[in-house]
Amino acid sequence: MIEVSDLSQVFVAEDGGKVTALTDVSLDIADNEIVTIVGPSGCGKSTLLRLISGLIKPSGGSVVIDGETVKEPRADMGIVFQAPTLLPWATILDNVLFPLKMMGRLDAKATERAKSLLTMVGLGDFMQHRPRQLSGGMQQRAAICRALVHQPKLILMDEPFGALDALTREQMSIELLRIWNADKKTILFVTHSIPEAVLLGDRVVVMSPRPGRIAEIVTVPLSRPRDFESEEDPEFRRCCNRIRNLIYNPNLTAGARHA
Amino acid sequence: MHKYKKAIREIGIPAVTLLLLGCFWELSVKIFTIPEYLLPAPSKIWNDTTVLGWNLIHHIASTLRTIGLGFTLALCVSLPLAITIAYSRIMSVAIYPLLVLTQSVPKVALAPILIVMLGANDLPKIIVTFLISFFPLVISITTGLVSVPPEYIELARSVRASRVRELLSIRLPYAIPFIFSGIKVAITLAVVGAVVGEFVAAENGLGYLITSSMAYFKTPVAFGAILILALTSISLFQTVVLIEHFLFPWARPVERQR
Ligand SMILES: Nc1ncnc2c1ncn2[C@@H]1O[C@H](COP(=O)(O)OP(=O)(O)OP(=O)(O)O)[C@@H](O)[C@H]1O
Ligand SMILES: [Mg+2]
Repeated sequence: MIEVSDLSQVFVAEDGGKVTALTDVSLDIADNEIVTIVGPSGCGKSTLLRLISGLIKPSGGSVVIDGETVKEPRADMGIVFQAPTLLPWATILDNVLFPLKMMGRLDAKATERAKSLLTMVGLGDFMQHRPRQLSGGMQQRAAICRALVHQPKLILMDEPFGALDALTREQMSIELLRIWNADKKTILFVTHSIPEAVLLGDRVVVMSPRPGRIAEIVTVPLSRPRDFESEEDPEFRRCCNRIRNLIYNPNLTAGARHA
Repeated sequence: MHKYKKAIREIGIPAVTLLLLGCFWELSVKIFTIPEYLLPAPSKIWNDTTVLGWNLIHHIASTLRTIGLGFTLALCVSLPLAITIAYSRIMSVAIYPLLVLTQSVPKVALAPILIVMLGANDLPKIIVTFLISFFPLVISITTGLVSVPPEYIELARSVRASRVRELLSIRLPYAIPFIFSGIKVAITLAVVGAVVGEFVAAENGLGYLITSSMAYFKTPVAFGAILILALTSISLFQTVVLIEHFLFPWARPVERQR
């Protein structure tokens, strides 16, 4: 259970000016829920994720996970960054094992788990390769394995598929759903793509900029497991349209915050 | 096929150029009857130098030892120093000006003073070698350690890596290419340092061989020693290149078609 209450973040720019990246963000996330976050560029999505992860400290408000206020990154949390950020000197397998190595929890069982994760995402034959020998999509899959390897309860993903082409991107979303189905976790997923947000999320947090805040939280009533077929569902269309309106015509939808 | 062509082009052409230059040198000396103490012919250099036999080997070994010890000392001092500078703002502010100061002192001028301070033994020339080669090492290692992209540091923080683990698993590996470019500069400077040290304070070594043979106008031997020094420098440099190539293949620049 994640409780985000009245979170706000003010950055002090180099010229001394203040940027309010986030104001009054409150959000509760249940265990094993997938919550996606969409919003225009610069509305504070990454900032929200970084605050929840404990990588930065909030200017105001708090993040409480399982009754504990977040002050630094937790051991039961995995992050997938926008860029794969694999270490170029390490093999794919070593990259996936990196979190365990850093936490001093590396053992034979963990190595087996890493290997089966890699096999599951189709990288079984590339474990001993270096990152630069892999395509962008393959690298991002390895990065997802790295975020899963220490069996975190919570996964934070900041536009993990942002750099991928449309085809790979669709494939990866389905793959992520498959992984989640096999082993349920709480996932917080930032994306620029509205269909992706709706396909993945139980709820979609729509954010608006200047200052960054939650415009509305859209509940997606699609049944699980979901796949490409789900996109044909009228509910899917309805959710996408609602979100599109919130983002492109904020004035029309203003006041309908709790609709 | 393509590989052979490349090898021929990269080794063959310089070799032929060198050979032609040697012939030209030999012939010019013969034709213009240049006196030996001014410019000896390659054949004369070869004969007079090789005739030294074991003595020569002894000089070479002595110089290599000075280079090895001085360079190793430089590496051992510069690594912890660079780590300190990279991690502590205060230390970097405190040490950097000192470093630049030591760098602006002419090391050749220090050699005679070092003899007085340390005695007429091997230490002064090792210290001179160390002083000359350690500056590029500190600078390049520090640069490597601090230029790690923030994403990697954030990655380390997100998995709760301790500072030591961050250093060993992120910063040092990232700095490897930087460290090697420092080593390449430092190893060639170490050769210079060793010779300077031997000029001033030594009973053996190639630097000593140069000064002692010139004292008797044995120019061919001096030339021989200089050529051996050049070869040493090139070989050491190439050894470093090979070590980097085979031990750290990921640090190789991405190969492009030319
Ligand atoms: N470290 C920082 N220092 C100063 N300002 C910052 C910093 N990080 C973010 N900001 C500002 O905070 C605001 C929100 O940034 P954030 O990266 O969270 O946006 P985002 O929604 O993730 O955007 P995008 O979709 O483009 O990734 C922006 O205006 C940005 O300029
Ligand atoms: Mg962002």
